[in-house]
Amino acid sequence: MIPAPFAYRRAESVAQAIELLGEHGDEAKLLAGGHSLLPMMKLRFARPDLVIDIGGLPGLDYVRTAGGEIAIGALTRHVTLETSPLLAEAAPLLRHAASVVGDCQIRHRGTIGGSVAHGDPAADLPAALMALRGTVVAEGPAGRRAIAIDDFYVGFLETALAPDELVVELRVPHADGQPWGFQKFRRRAVDWAVVGLAYQAEPVGGGIGLVSMGPTTLRATSAEAALRAGAPASEAARLADADAEPAGDTAATPEFRRHLARTLLARALAGEAAH
Amino acid sequence: MTVALTVNGAAYDLRIEPRELLVSVLRDRLGLTGTHIGCETSSCGACTVLLDGRSVKSCTVLAVQAQGHDITTIEGLAGADGLHPVQEAFRRCHGLQCGFCTPGMVLAAVSLIDEGRAADEGSVRAALEGNLCRCTGYHNIVQAVLSAARAMRGDGA
Repeated sequence: MIPAPFAYRRAESVAQAIELLGEHGDEAKLLAGGHSLLPMMKLRFARPDLVIDIGGLPGLDYVRTAGGEIAIGALTRHVTLETSPLLAEAAPLLRHAASVVGDCQIRHRGTIGGSVAHGDPAADLPAALMALRGTVVAEGPAGRRAIAIDDFYVGFLETALAPDELVVELRVPHADGQPWGFQKFRRRAVDWAVVGLAYQAEPVGGGIGLVSMGPTTLRATSAEAALRAGAPASEAARLADADAEPAGDTAATPEFRRHLARTLLARALAGEAAH
Repeated sequence: MTVALTVNGAAYDLRIEPRELLVSVLRDRLGLTGTHIGCETSSCGACTVLLDGRSVKSCTVLAVQAQGHDITTIEGLAGADGLHPVQEAFRRCHGLQCGFCTPGMVLAAVSLIDEGRAADEGSVRAALEGNLCRCTGYHNIVQAVLSAARAMRGDGA
């Protein structure tokens, strides 16, 4: 099982990657850790003419404080997030979400920028970023721009990125020790979440991000509003699926997914051990 | 294209297609068939090798992505003075049945021990979740990893 033929270019700089994207548009795909793109290419769901390898770009692998926020380079691998003392202190929700992506081998390769830009609604990290009200920093020919994570996902595997833009950084506010929860329901180890849920308490984000509850990662805005209005946890949990239109597949029916979202929010709000 | 790979300390210049997976290059171009192909979908871990000392699934890495990095396969693990402590522990604890998953298990274990994920049985089981043993012989595999970790820390096997 190997990908269809493609031309390969290794980008030496962000500027060169942007230039190549500008020349080749939709026929090109960026390759970082490759753990979203390569499986799709092996199954021939993706057949790019050109693969632009950005995996070796310098200066995009970091977790640091920046103006009261935490800034994370797009090429930072999941294992780096998982083991980052800064993230453990400043954004434990995101650290935990990174620690339950795939398995050790996958976390040694996969990058946060790749996971975010791929736009799979079954991915864990985008839901954590959504609960944290994070920001995606994209760079294109005109320079950098910040995109709120709420505005980033526009459809299944579709993002607000222009064809000649790439994700260079993710930003999240400092969680200041506020409660959080991450729940991932799966049938077997290493499976994608049947449904997942990320919760971060006010004041940092006051957000709830949902995994596999629709064509994109999305927020449970009705449940968030109930919490802000002071509703008890049980009442908010009943609204976890109110804004979602989950699909049915071999893993779950839509109604089971709704049930899971409500149950997982109740568990997250009760502060039960994550997973 | 020509790709320069360093495998088990030896340098190779290989004429390959960009789409060739690391596992195929190791097996078919270099004859290193100790790296097994199981699921080919980054699930089973049979194809695990070390890239700069960290476990990766070589069915989900292009060979060209491994350029400039040190690749270690099961063939390169034993030193001049005999088996690697993890290999020794798998033999001592009988951490294998049919043996198909073993190269991947051993290399995953080398990485997880080095990363400090072998503190207890629970952490070893969690860190090995990306390696499947269809003989379901997990008990002895976990015992072997714990035994190797103790031996490598120097507090007895």
